[in-house]
Order: sequence, then C-alpha cells, then structure tokens
Amino acid sequence: MFNALLTLIRKELQALFSTPESIRMLIMPVILQLLVFPFAATLEVKNSTLAIYNQDGGAASIEIIQRLAAAKAFPKLIMITGEPQLQQVIDHQQALLAIRIPQDFSRQISIGRAAKIEAVIDGRRSNSAQIAYGYAAQIVTQYVLEQATPAQLQTMPAQVTVQNLYNPNLEYRWFVLPSLVAIITTIGCLMVTALSLAREREEGTFEQLLVSPLTPGYIMLGKAIPGILVALLQGTIIAAAAVFVYQIPFTGQVWLLYLTMFCYGLSLSGFGLLISSICANQQQAFLGVFGFMSPAVILSGYMAPIENMPAALQVVAAMNPLTHAIIAIKGIFLKGFTFSQTWPHLWPLLLIAAVTLSIAYFIFIRRSGQ
Amino acid sequence: MTLPKVNLRHLLALCKKESYQIVRDPSSILIAFVLPVMLLFIFGFGINLDTNKVRLGIVTEDQGNEAEQFAQVLRGSPYLDIQTGNSRSQMQQQLQLGEIRGMLVLASDFSPTIRKQQKTAAIQLLTDGAEPNTANFLGSYLQGCLEVWQQQRATDQGLNSVATSTIEPRYWFNPTTVSRNFLVPGSISVIMTVIGALLTSLVVAREWERGTMEALLSTSVTKTELLLSKILPYYVLGMVAMTLCVLVTTLILDVPLRGSFWILFIVSSLFLGSGLGLGLFLSTVTRNQFAAAQTALIAAFLPATMLSGFVFEISSMPIAIQGVSYLIPARYFVNVLQTLFQAGDIWYIILLNSAFLLVSACFWLGLTAMKTARRLDD
Amino acid sequence: MIQAAYAIRITDLRHQFDGRDALSGISTQIRRGKITGIVGPDGSGKTTLIRLMAGLLKATGGNIQVEELDPIAEAGRLRPQLGYMPQKFGLYEDLTVQENLTLYADLCDLLGEKRRQRFDQLLSFTDLTHFIDRPAGKLSGGMKQKLGLACTLLGSPKVLLLDEPSVGVDPISRRELWKMVGELAHGGITVIWSTSYLDEAELCDDVLLMSEGLLKFNGPPTTIIAGMNGRSVQLRDMTGNKRAILKKVLHSPKIIDGVIQGHALRLVLKTAGDLPDLAQLDAGSAAHFVDVKPCLEDAFIDILGGGPGGESVLADHMPIARLDGSIDQDAVIEAHQLTRVFGEFVATDHVDFKVRRGEIFGLLGPNGAGKSTTFKMMCGLLRPTSGWAKVMGIDLKQSASHARAQLGYMAQKFALYGNLNVQQNLMFFSGIYGLRGKAQAEMVADMVRVFNLEPYLNTQASTLPLGFKQRLALSCAIMHHPPILFLDEPTSGVDPITRREFWTHINGLVEKGVTVMVTTHFMDEAEYCDRIAIIYHGRTIASGTPDELKQMATEAGEADITMEETFIRLVERDDRTKP
Repeated sequence: MFNALLTLIRKELQALFSTPESIRMLIMPVILQLLVFPFAATLEVKNSTLAIYNQDGGAASIEIIQRLAAAKAFPKLIMITGEPQLQQVIDHQQALLAIRIPQDFSRQISIGRAAKIEAVIDGRRSNSAQIAYGYAAQIVTQYVLEQATPAQLQTMPAQVTVQNLYNPNLEYRWFVLPSLVAIITTIGCLMVTALSLAREREEGTFEQLLVSPLTPGYIMLGKAIPGILVALLQGTIIAAAAVFVYQIPFTGQVWLLYLTMFCYGLSLSGFGLLISSICANQQQAFLGVFGFMSPAVILSGYMAPIENMPAALQVVAAMNPLTHAIIAIKGIFLKGFTFSQTWPHLWPLLLIAAVTLSIAYFIFIRRSGQ
Repeated sequence: MTLPKVNLRHLLALCKKESYQIVRDPSSILIAFVLPVMLLFIFGFGINLDTNKVRLGIVTEDQGNEAEQFAQVLRGSPYLDIQTGNSRSQMQQQLQLGEIRGMLVLASDFSPTIRKQQKTAAIQLLTDGAEPNTANFLGSYLQGCLEVWQQQRATDQGLNSVATSTIEPRYWFNPTTVSRNFLVPGSISVIMTVIGALLTSLVVAREWERGTMEALLSTSVTKTELLLSKILPYYVLGMVAMTLCVLVTTLILDVPLRGSFWILFIVSSLFLGSGLGLGLFLSTVTRNQFAAAQTALIAAFLPATMLSGFVFEISSMPIAIQGVSYLIPARYFVNVLQTLFQAGDIWYIILLNSAFLLVSACFWLGLTAMKTARRLDD
Repeated sequence: MIQAAYAIRITDLRHQFDGRDALSGISTQIRRGKITGIVGPDGSGKTTLIRLMAGLLKATGGNIQVEELDPIAEAGRLRPQLGYMPQKFGLYEDLTVQENLTLYADLCDLLGEKRRQRFDQLLSFTDLTHFIDRPAGKLSGGMKQKLGLACTLLGSPKVLLLDEPSVGVDPISRRELWKMVGELAHGGITVIWSTSYLDEAELCDDVLLMSEGLLKFNGPPTTIIAGMNGRSVQLRDMTGNKRAILKKVLHSPKIIDGVIQGHALRLVLKTAGDLPDLAQLDAGSAAHFVDVKPCLEDAFIDILGGGPGGESVLADHMPIARLDGSIDQDAVIEAHQLTRVFGEFVATDHVDFKVRRGEIFGLLGPNGAGKSTTFKMMCGLLRPTSGWAKVMGIDLKQSASHARAQLGYMAQKFALYGNLNVQQNLMFFSGIYGLRGKAQAEMVADMVRVFNLEPYLNTQASTLPLGFKQRLALSCAIMHHPPILFLDEPTSGVDPITRREFWTHINGLVEKGVTVMVTTHFMDEAEYCDRIAIIYHGRTIASGTPDELKQMATEAGEADITMEETFIRLVERDDRTKP
C-alpha cells in the first residue's frame, strides 16, 4: 500500500510540473511577491513630505527647521507662507504633516518659557501621520533638552534608554520576511490540495481512484503530502531569499524551521482538503480557498497585532494556522527559538491539522458514498 | 469612426438572460454580498492599528518610593497592561516567547540617583524588535510618560518646571484617529476589486466552457452587444454590493461619511468599470475559469491590497514600486475614498483621481472590446 | 425566383488547427431542401466543417459559399438565414424553456403576433408545451435536444446546421427528432445533420462520409450501399463458441470484416459471392451462410480498408482469469432489487440481474435512463437506497481494498490524467493497483507494444486522438489482470474500425475467462453482448440474449428487426402496460 501512496504522490508532482505553465504558476507568484511585499508592506514612514509654516523667524525656529530638514523621514519640505496654503497642503494631501511655528516662539524660548508648536496631522492617513508626528516630536524634544538649563535639567533626572532586542534597528523588513515564509506558501499549498481535487472530480479521474484499491484515507494523503511538499519547496525559496538576498539574520536552527513548515503545511492541507470535500467543482473550490485565505492573512497578526483585535476575533485568530506559523517562524529567525520555545506554537498547528483532516475524511467518506 | 451598432432589443434580451443567471446562481450571490460583508467586518475589526493595551513587564529591583511612584503612573495608563516581576531573566524569557512586548527595568539605584540628582538615572527598556511597530510605540510612549511624571514631581516639589516646549498635535479629519476610520473606506476598494475582477473573470469563461457562447456567436448579435450585456448586469450587481458596503460601514462600523454619497457613487462606478474591464479581459482571453480566476487574484487583488495605499503608505515604498502603484486603479480609488469619508468633498482630490480612473476604465474595457471574439478562432 | 439547386458549395476547403490538418481539401455541393448527413467518427472533421459553414471559423484555405454568401465576409446577411445547433445544445440551463425561447426570439427579432404563433407551433411540434416553466437544465436529454432545435428554428432559417443532435438521446426521441427534421426538409429547408452513427446516416438523402479530414464519399447512401450488394452475409445456426468461430472466420482472406450479431455472425466479403470454406470453420453441421442487405457501416469499413483481424494481441498476453472457487459461477456480478433515489427522482428502480463468469453483460438504454447510476452502484461508487449489489459475492461498499484489486474499470469519456503523458498514466494506474519494480515496467512496456502507443509516449493524454485515448484507457484498466471488467460507454464516438478492434480485445479477454459488464446507449453494440438488460426510466423492462429480446418484439411474419426497433417496441409495450 505504501507503494500505491508513492505512486499517488509521484502523479501529483508530475502533474504540477507537467507544463511550463504550471511550473510558472508555482514559482512566479512567489518571486513576484518576494520582490514586492518586503518593500511595499512597511508601516515605516520614509520619503514623506513635511510642510512648515514658520510664523516666527527667530534662531530657535530656524534651528528646528534645519534639524527637521535633515531628518531621514522628511526628505521633502514645503515652506508655507499663508493660512490658506496650509489648508490646501493638507486637504490636497501634498504633505503628510504640517508644522506651524507661532510668531513669538524663539523669543519665548530665549527667556526660558514654554512655547508650543502646532502639528497639523492628516487624519485620513492617521497611522502614518502619527508615526511622522512621532519623529518630529522626537526632534523637537531633543532640541528643547539641549536648550535646558542645568536647573531645569535637574527636574528631569531620568532617561529611558531603549534597547530593541532581536531587531536593534527596528528594520521593518526583518519583521516582514519571516512572516512571508508562511504567507506566500499558503496559496500554493491550498491550490494543490483544494483545487486539484476539485479538478479530478470534474474530469472523472476521481472516480477511477475510488474504484481502485485505494481507500479514501490514502487518496487524501496522496493530495496532502504533495501539498506539504509544495509548501516546503516554496518556503525554502522564500527563506533562502530572506537570508541571502535581504540579509535577514537567522538565529535558530534549520531543522526547526523545516519542522515548523511541515506542521504548517499539514494544517494547510487539512483546510485545503476540507474545502475541496465540501465543494462540488473548481469554481466553488477557488472561492473557498479565497474565502479562507483573506481572513487568514488579515487575522494572522501580519498586518496588525492580534492584541489589538476584539476578543471574539482573537479566538478566531487562535484557530488560524497562519497565526501560529508566523510567531514560530519569526521566533526561529530572529529570537533563536529552541524546540521547547517553538513547541507551544507547533502543537496548535498539529491540532488544527488533526481536526480539519478528520472532518474532511468524514465528509469524504459520506460524499463518496452518496 | 462609426458608432458601434447596438440593437436595444438584443441588448435587453441578453441582459435579462445574464440577470436571471446571476440571481439563480448561488456563487454570484455569495461573491457579491456575503463575501464583502464578511471582509468588511474582518477589515474593520481585525486590522486595528491603534494601540490597545500593550503588555509591558516591569522589573523593580529598587525598593524606593520613586520607583514605585513611576510604576504607579504606568499602571494608570490606558495603553499599557502592566505585569510586574522580580527576575530579569524570567521576564526576558517571557519577552522572547512573546508573552510581553516590552520590559522595563528599574535598577536598584534608580530612586537614590533620582534623589541625589547628580547624574541621570537610567531606565532600561527592552522591547521585542520582532514587532517593530509596538517597539516603536513603547519607546516613545514611555519617554513621554517619564517626562510627564518628572514634570509632576517638579511641580509638586515647587520647582520651576522646565520650559518644556512641546509640539502638539491637531488632527484634521478623523479627529478621534480611530484607525478603522481610515482603514475601512480603503478596504472598500479591495472589496470592489474582488467583486469586479473575480465575478466577471468566471463569467465569460463559463460560457465558453459550457458551450453557450458558440450558440450565441452564430446569431446576429454584435460584439458590442455581447460585451455590454456582460458589463451592465455586473455593474448593477457591483453597485448594489457597494451600496451595501457603504451602509454597513456607516451604520454598523460607525465610520463617518462626510462627503457626498452621489460623488462616491460616481467614482465607484468608474473604479468598477476598471475592475470589470480587467476581469472580463482575463475571462475573454483565457476562456478557462480556473486560469482566469487565478490571474485575477494575482493581477487585481494583491496589488489592491498591497500597493493601493490602503494600509501601507505608498510614499514609504521604493521609487520603483511607487511607480508601479501609479498603474493600479485601486490607488486612486483609495485616495478618493479616504477623502470622501473622512474629509468631505475636496474637489481637487476627487477630480484628479477620477480622471485616472476614467482612463483606466477606458483602457481595460477597450482592450476587452478588442479581444472579444466574433468567431471561434478570433 | 429560381433558386439554385445547391444551397452550399464547398471548394477545396482546408482548415488547420495548431499545425494539425482538421480538413484536408474538401470539395462538394449540398443539395437544397434535402437532409445531408455528415458522417464520421470523432476527429474526422465534422464539427470543423459545420463551424466553417456557420461562419464561426475562417478557413485556412479553399472556399465555401452558403446560400451564395461568404459566411465570414457576409456574415451579417447570412446569419438571419442560418440556424445552428452546436454539440452542447446552446441552452441556458438556469433559464426555463420559455425564457430560452424568448431570448432567442429576441435575438432574431421575432415579435408580437408572429412570435406568439411561432411559439405555439414549435412547442407543440416539440411536445414541450407542458414544460415551459421548467428550467432547461432539468429536462431530459431528448427534450433538451428538441428545445435546442426549437430555438434554432425561431428565425425561420433556410439552412439548418445540426451538430450531432442525437448523441445519447433515447431512440424514441431520436425518431421524433428525425420526423421533425424530415418535415422541415420537406418544407424546403436544407438540413445538415452530423453524426457518428452510421445507421442514422442511412436515413439521410445524401451523406458525406468523412475520415481524418478527408471526404471519402459523397452521395445518396443507397448508391454506396448498392455497391456492396452481394457482399454482406450472415453465418447462422452455428454450434459452439461464436467468438472462437469469429476468430477463425476473420483469418480467411475472403472476409474483410466480421462482427457478432446476436447468435449469428455478420460478415463482409471481399468479393461478392466468394464465400469462405464452411468446412474449415468448425461451426457445426447446421451452419450456413445467408445473404443479407448491406448497411452503411459495411460500406464505410470497406472504404476504410477493412476491419482488423480477429486476433487480440492483448488477450494473448493475458493469463487465464482466475476467480476464487467459492464464488458462485452464475452470479459473479449480481444486483438484487437495486434502487437509488435522489430526492424525489427515482434513478434506479428495483433492478435485478445476474452475470455469469466469462460472459459479456450489457446495460442498454439512452442517457438518463439510469444506467450510470446502476453501474456506479455495482462498482461501489454510490450507495444504494435499498437493495444490494455484489461483485464476487462481496458488497463493494464494504469491501476491503483487495476486493477492488480484482476490478478493472473504464470510466465514461476515458477519465485519464489529461496533463500527464501516456507513459506517466500507465505507470500511475499500474502503480495504484499494486504493480511495482520489474513487473510493472514490463507490463507497461507490454501495453505500449500491444496498443502501438510508442509514438505517443510523451504526448499529453488530453491531446491524444480519441482512438488512442480509448486504447490508453483500456490498457490502464487491465494491467493488473482483473477477472472482472466494468466498461462505461467504452466506445463513444470512436471510428468503426477502432471499435471493432476494441471488441476484438474484449472478446479475447472473455475467452480467457474475464467477466465483462458494459453499459451503452448504442443499440448495435448490444449485439456483441451475451445477454443484455434494457433499462428505461430506471427500470429493467426486459432482459435476455439479444436474439431473445428481438423475438419478443418481432411481430408475426416479420423478418429480422434491428436492436433499435426492438428497444422502441419493448419500451412502447411497457408504456402501455403501465397504469
């Protein structure tokens, strides 16, 4: 029987690599997404435009403006000369942030009084604008501190020194790429398990399989294993690109990474088989895959942290294999996870796999008898 | 150039046929109504970029008052979920496992140093760099908390508080800065892309696969009639879905719509035109449902999510990719959506982006028209 | 206005697809107001020719004129005069009969009172008046074809192009379709009817016999049949194994073709009157030759160069089929009160039969009769609602996989892995049935040799010509030496010679003790079986040997009737006895 399983797997792989077109479909999306995502998926703020309305003219304001201009985050500055222009610059989204330095700013500073600068933030892009505001605030605060008298300094005797573990420069890419190992492999594995089965049903070869000595269990395995293999293949490509092209550090162990990818692939295959057992044809299977993937990616913690989600959605996120895979893979890449640290994220994957595969199996059995 | 001839009766008959098929096919209903609402909810509640309670661990090695006071201040913050611990190594383990996102160490010399005021006391903050956004937030937020606490102390002690010149934020549009308000309108563009491209990519390919296209081609229908009969019913379906989305967004998700609904309607129509055009083009060219759907996903959905500016800021991307984003209709639509919902009718933005959408719609629809076969071997 | 005698003129028409020649230089003329049959197996170019007539394809060479118009350049003027019914109906399954008709009426600008009249006319013509509100997808095969025809006729076309309109349709509906079309032709409409069934072609006024893109014959069927006069004979009253006798007969150089027809053998002589030596045939003392009327299939085989011999290289390679001695030899395959219900629809209604070892048993009936459902239950693919089905005494629904290892299965439309090549398919199917290593490699090589698959080893299965698909499917079904074979519509659309070859293999296998169960809607194929059961509306309305059934249906004093006629009469009789 083992040989029969090998035959099934070989057939599946042959079918996947049968035409140049299908090979392209396996590799191209991976490469495309590898090229685009790490650059596109960033919540950093760079290349922003800052608008400055300097109603003052004094030394302090000029110093601050110079420092802002020198900041990496604000390569472009627009100098504003009037209130209507300020309004327009934000309304028309020409600048992310506008700073208004009031008339008596420098004078106030020089006599040691508190003065306020106003920052106008475009709430339509509130997230980026807030981050930009954060940068600007830092620069202003730094300046103010430098101007402070010793007496004033005495009232500020403490400083926070920040050390960012695992990713000292808070490089966004170090966060994105390990997550991509899980995300990009999702669609490939699901296509193999969900869609190929639906296609076999439509072409009639599925019947041939059912009539043969193969049991439904073997047939399912014969789809799940190629799915996992595809996931491992694509995962390897992405992991290699991450380490060698994008210079992401890899502090964990390779075998652990593969173990995680295997468990993830298993759980994905479970979902894929579950989807295909419910769907009658390819079109429905495709919609099913899409309907699974979009919430899975959104609720995985990749786009926004899970702790920000409402409780109900956090429960859903816990049932999402992508969530666990991302935590584990990030840990292996950046935090030097050992097996005991990875295991808490692996057993949920195995549990999900067990549940979905069992349900799929039961539906399979029932439907092939109908 | 002569106008393409359109026999109204033929067109109506074909549209009627298409409409019956839509209504009687459960998957179309699923795509047009169930999927968008589900996605809206997930986008609306799932992606929350506003910091909630961040789990922060505090190790107080100091016994002094000052340390305790500061810790109290932190405990009172609505943005932090404090966990106290005794051991640095244990906390660090928790940090590694992701149970806490940051760790603050108040060393044993904290309180004395503060009292002596001879040198600056250091508070060490360790963050989980694997979550850059949260780490960033913790860094700046805690520094801010520290300053506030120190000012309070200074005032309590009767000292002259520092001329802390500050920079104060004022929000235009979306004053509550609820990230949902800027995310959800943008997400409508993703949803409309799905509907437009996915639905139609299946439609024409299905006719080819079922053989009904052949029978149609042998009648007197013209290319234009065929094309219009595919576009119009799906346009109506798409706009109904869009209206549903807007209703859910404004009434259930509580996102304000400050602009005019009719402008939204018109701009959405233009965007839908692009989406339908792209989907129909793929459907026409591939004549195979599966390939069409896959390509639609990659060519339409992914760019709409990643490169449209709805979550990820375009200006932060490398120039090459920014250039690519100019080709994506979703980018222009997201701009308009964000403005219309949160700001109102700012004509400059609306007209500029609509112009691009119009060009895009014409391009894709035109391409489809060219590729629509009038014979089997076209 | 004097109309030309010819509605369609074709001159040196060529058409190529992807470098393949679909049509290689056809020249002919189609008479107006007649029914012209385009006849030939799948892949012969029938559909291509019709599509060229309809203006759906542009010929790569040559010239075609329909009603004096160029179908491409003058499409606007031609289309209103054409009615075209493609192979897949062209009906919208989600729309009701009424809605389909309305759509096509709108598209050919048929309005108002004229529309109402035409609708009434067509609905009663096709007997669909009571079904106007039923979705087209829920109609039976025959009704769908009639509806398709009705939609095509709405525009009152002058030329009617029908692409295989009778595929799979029950014989009664087929007769009705013919009647309708005959009336239309009588009224002056030129009808082109394409088919792969040669018996149907005999009823046309003219036939175009096509094979591999070439026109082999053009003219009234009577002409070509007359040319075969004296060359068709039957060998009757044989004693002994008819298959063995057939094999011997086919060895004779005087015979170019032979098939089993009930208890007799139907043979085609190379030269009229030149009979083989009876004494050498071991057919028994009562055996004798009888002249019979030639049919179109005889002529077609003759044109194609004669049928294959009687030797099955395949069967020679197979060992004697072994069955466990404990199994009842009379009921190797058995169905008992087998019933399957889908919701309210009874697909299989209390069907009973037993198949003996080494016998070919056929389930005969049109599409939708319930054959496939019954068949699937026998194979264990479907669970019966009540009753049971057993193979080798085991209920396959509960059987261990080793029981299934004894089955060979050929699915409808030859379910093969389209994107894998021939070699990969063979390796796959042998692999899942447990062959491996050297034995597997040898078996696969054997199959390639036997079926001449060598030139196609690296070709993707989906692009194989139909005949080779069938060969591949058969080889995949038997590599594991199953003692029982299930064949679901195994010869759909294949050319007559390939069909003969196929049955030669099957006969050879049966000689080695294999038990075969086959389903078909092709009435003539029933003659190759030892016994058949006629399935109609899910029920067995008659069962027995082909000759027994013919006798049941034959009226007093009548000569031999065809299987199709037998079917129709038995069905009608059954209809009358129902309450």
